[in-house]
Amino acid sequence: MYSETVMDHFTNPRNVGEMEDADAVAEVGSLACGDTTKIFLRIKDNIIEDVKFKTFGCGAAIASSSMATELVKGKSLEEAAKISTQDVVEALGGLPTQKVHCSVMALDALRKAIEEYNSN
Amino acid sequence: MRKVYLDHSATTPVRREVAEKMWTYLTDKWGNPSSIHGVGREAKKGIEKAREKIAALLGAEAREIVFTGGGTEADNHAIIGTAAALGGRKGRHIITSSIEHHAVLDTCEYLEKDGFEVTYLPVTREGVVRIEDLKSALRKDTILVSIMHANNEVGTIQPVEDIGRICKERGILFHIDAVQSFGKIPVDVQDLNVDLLSISAHKIYGPKGIGCLYIRRGVKIDNFAHGGAQERGRRPGTENVAGIVGFAKAAELAVAEMETEAARQEKLRDKLIKGLQERLEDVELNGHPGHLRLCNNVNMSFKYVEGESLLLSLDMSGVAASSGSACSSGSLDPSHVLTAMGLPLEYALGSVRMTLGRDNTEEDVDYVLDVLPDIVKRLRNMSPFYKTQAMV
Repeated sequence: MYSETVMDHFTNPRNVGEMEDADAVAEVGSLACGDTTKIFLRIKDNIIEDVKFKTFGCGAAIASSSMATELVKGKSLEEAAKISTQDVVEALGGLPTQKVHCSVMALDALRKAIEEYNSN
Repeated sequence: MRKVYLDHSATTPVRREVAEKMWTYLTDKWGNPSSIHGVGREAKKGIEKAREKIAALLGAEAREIVFTGGGTEADNHAIIGTAAALGGRKGRHIITSSIEHHAVLDTCEYLEKDGFEVTYLPVTREGVVRIEDLKSALRKDTILVSIMHANNEVGTIQPVEDIGRICKERGILFHIDAVQSFGKIPVDVQDLNVDLLSISAHKIYGPKGIGCLYIRRGVKIDNFAHGGAQERGRRPGTENVAGIVGFAKAAELAVAEMETEAARQEKLRDKLIKGLQERLEDVELNGHPGHLRLCNNVNMSFKYVEGESLLLSLDMSGVAASSGSACSSGSLDPSHVLTAMGLPLEYALGSVRMTLGRDNTEEDVDYVLDVLPDIVKRLRNMSPFYKTQAMV
């Protein structure tokens, strides 16, 4: 059902955890809709220096959060905001059709964190 | 890596004795039972012996057994057949429960579109239908009550004897889906006061695609397939001969070994439940904690953890289990059974069903107790809902 890359990121997710001194934090989803992801960003000179996440959700949701955080690390805020769902799904080697929506959540949380950072 | 199959309520492996019996009817006795010649008559004999065997195990007569393509078909036949026979004359009201298998629920919903009214009885927190609720749902135009013997997700055994008595007193047909209970607890159509009863072979170490519907003599329900005289016209089409003889062999073995096997599995079940409760916090056992629980069913919720990620992790550790929650159609839908039992969403989403079978050993249970708590802890540490000092 899942690609090898998805299983790898599900089994050994990158960037799991929290950040005490994060510059931006955002949470997307709710228990009521099944999945929730929380993103923590450390930003210096417009660059995402570090990123952490926590996810409650299925295998695809966890793997997508892991992959999305890998893709944005070291990127400028503008570059990071441009990363699409398709980029995450492709990097994961594809997702079953009914699971694509699970990959949206991490990027939504990421964009929300960036917006919040920019508005402060 | 150790492999532990804990999904016996989904399906079971075919027993060697069953497969050998089937092999004979696939090779030597391969005839069409409707043929007049010797090859055909031999196949016919196999079917009729199988019918007598299954009837005897259920306390029924051979002529009351109709072989079907499985449990789902038997449920459809019972409900749609009753609706077609009585819907025009007696009434258009059906009573079932909110925790039935989809084979019953979806069939009832189909009939609702056709103008039938269906009452879906609620259940207690432990998943049991209340007799008072049934009594107050009964109407003059009620034609059928359909209640499962034991629930497939949480293993709760329903008060079907009492329901059968009430239906009999009022002259209302009573159908039982006994797919999960047959071979695990006694199923006798006389004791249960039942008119229609569905069972399936592949839950009792028989082949897939074969089951039967018991139809009490004198009960007139319509056939819902047409095209031949097989099964007294009730189920036309050339019979699944190998499936039928395999089904009978599997049923015979299951009932013969029921008492000892149920006691053995019950011990394993309780060890698994207790072991997980001791090793983890925020764990809930779903279903009945005692005598109203099937011997092989463990259904537990692990708060802060989502079911699919737990199943995936278990699978990678060699443990095959299943989940009440199925994230398949755009959103995570918690199980309709757990929802009807009133489980809070955070528990319903983190539920796992582990169903034991005759191949499981105490070492299997020890292995699950060894790997499952670590998996839950790992996933909890990833969950934004779980407050902990220990970061991954």
